[in-house]
Amino acid sequence: MIAIENLVFHYPRSTFTLRVPELAVADGEMVALAGPSGSGKTTLLHLLAGILLPDQGKIVVGDTQPPRLNDAGRRAFRIATLGLVFQDFQLLEYLDALENILLPYRINPALKLTGAVRERALQLARETGIDHRLAHRPGRLSQGEKQRTALCRALLTQPRCLLADEPTGNLDSAAKMRVLEVLFEQCARAQATLLMVTHDTGLLGRFDRAIHLAEVSR
Amino acid sequence: MKQVCFLAWQSLRFNRLQSVILIFGLAVALYLPLAVNGLVARYQAGLLQRAATTPLVAGGLGSRFDLVLHALYFRGRVPRLLKMADVDALRDTGYAQPIPLYARYTARRAPIVGTTLDYFTFRQLRLARGEQLLELGDCVLGAEAAAALDLAPGDRLMTDPENLFDIAGSYPVNLRVMGVLAPARSPDDGAVFVDLKTAWLIEGLAHGHSDITGTNADSSVVLSRNATNVTANAALVEFTAVTAENISSFHFHGDPADFPVSAVLPVAKDEKSAALLRGRYQGPEATVQILEARSVVEELLGFVFRIKRFFDANAALVAAATGLFLLLVVVLSLRLRRPEMDTMFRLGCARGLVARLVAAELAAIGLASAALALIGREITLALVSLW
Repeated sequence: MIAIENLVFHYPRSTFTLRVPELAVADGEMVALAGPSGSGKTTLLHLLAGILLPDQGKIVVGDTQPPRLNDAGRRAFRIATLGLVFQDFQLLEYLDALENILLPYRINPALKLTGAVRERALQLARETGIDHRLAHRPGRLSQGEKQRTALCRALLTQPRCLLADEPTGNLDSAAKMRVLEVLFEQCARAQATLLMVTHDTGLLGRFDRAIHLAEVSR
Repeated sequence: MKQVCFLAWQSLRFNRLQSVILIFGLAVALYLPLAVNGLVARYQAGLLQRAATTPLVAGGLGSRFDLVLHALYFRGRVPRLLKMADVDALRDTGYAQPIPLYARYTARRAPIVGTTLDYFTFRQLRLARGEQLLELGDCVLGAEAAAALDLAPGDRLMTDPENLFDIAGSYPVNLRVMGVLAPARSPDDGAVFVDLKTAWLIEGLAHGHSDITGTNADSSVVLSRNATNVTANAALVEFTAVTAENISSFHFHGDPADFPVSAVLPVAKDEKSAALLRGRYQGPEATVQILEARSVVEELLGFVFRIKRFFDANAALVAAATGLFLLLVVVLSLRLRRPEMDTMFRLGCARGLVARLVAAELAAIGLASAALALIGREITLALVSLW
């Protein structure tokens, strides 16, 4: 469950202020977060992930209030609870696709990279259709393959909540549909909550519901 | 740490060109001071070891550096010559056993050292092959000289003429190689040893030719003849090699007491004898100087270290400049890799781990550079040793 109450945030030296009086997403719900550019969609995801801290208000993700945690606690929360997918994939150029998927286990001492984890990574790669591209570095992957790699990375830790920031924004329509199908399928299988930022109004109908940030932040 | 090392290795491997350039750049900056220090240390050790095994050096008045370098290493300018009478005078003091040296000539550029058999005992030189000096015209080669000249016992070695354009000068002598010394890892390895008399033969103080004093002598080579003296013309052929057949014809001209030596190694019985001997030759009227080899070499090294300090200062500046460049590279690299760092942070990575990752990459580059610089230093030292 995601719940927000009376959230206020502003960037230092900026006139922009994000206000969200109330927002709730149920467990296992797949929700699209829509809104014009600059309305604060990415900022809201970063607040939910504990990457940014609000000036005021309450944020609850699962049974945790990320703003109340210290830096190490918020990192542990992200590892344990969240999967993050970005518009520009954010894959490491010097790692091949498989190692990019395994990256959370390389950079978090709390996660142990075992044979079972590797097997799960391979399984995710098979399910998303990139198992034949695992030995390639991002520079040799198509945009769709990169996003599916990033999706596998986000799902590998079996998160309860997936926060996706325009994951289809850089993809052509065929790749977009493929990634969305994988996203929905994986979230449904893991019964994970999905909150996905999108500009594409054509996609909104495929979600359980859509939240227009401009409306909720009024 | 294993995961950090894995990521650092993957990053370095991916950016292999940049990594190799950095490693080589740093290696060169490290190699220069390492190699210079290694060479100076080896040079110092070699000089001091030779000096330590040669307590005293005697020679003509003049540059003490020339004298010691000549007597110990057979290098540099030939100092002012002594006479055999000076050697005898040293012996007559009773304080030391003098070992005369006459190292003025070369054979195929290897220094020819005329001395006595005492020198081999004093330097603990032993034969690896062949025999010791037996007769006039014999020579024994140091190990390196034998290898460089590709000579073995039984071969012949021609001495170098002192001056190619002096047709009145002494003839080269065809020496007979009697033996090859075992390697001593000292300047003796590069020398050609002959008996003192053979050195004088090379000088032209002795020579051999057909008998022109008898009644059967070839009259065409005789310029004049009287009761006490026979003068030959230039047609008289001098022997250039000493053989069993002509050795009896070799003879010296002049007083042996006046024959030259370029240095003497006075082997004192004990420290007291050495001090007394030095005292005897310290007056203003002394025509011979006796030096403590070690103190002269240390003085010489003082000059070397003054030059080395310049190199050290230069190396420090190069190191500082390299350090600044490296810092710049790291800062720019971190700026370029900011998105990568942000990704890791968003995925739950601690900032400390990112710092460890960068540190591991720098450490790997530093270690590889240091290893490369050390290998280069060892190769340089080995090459210098061979050379």
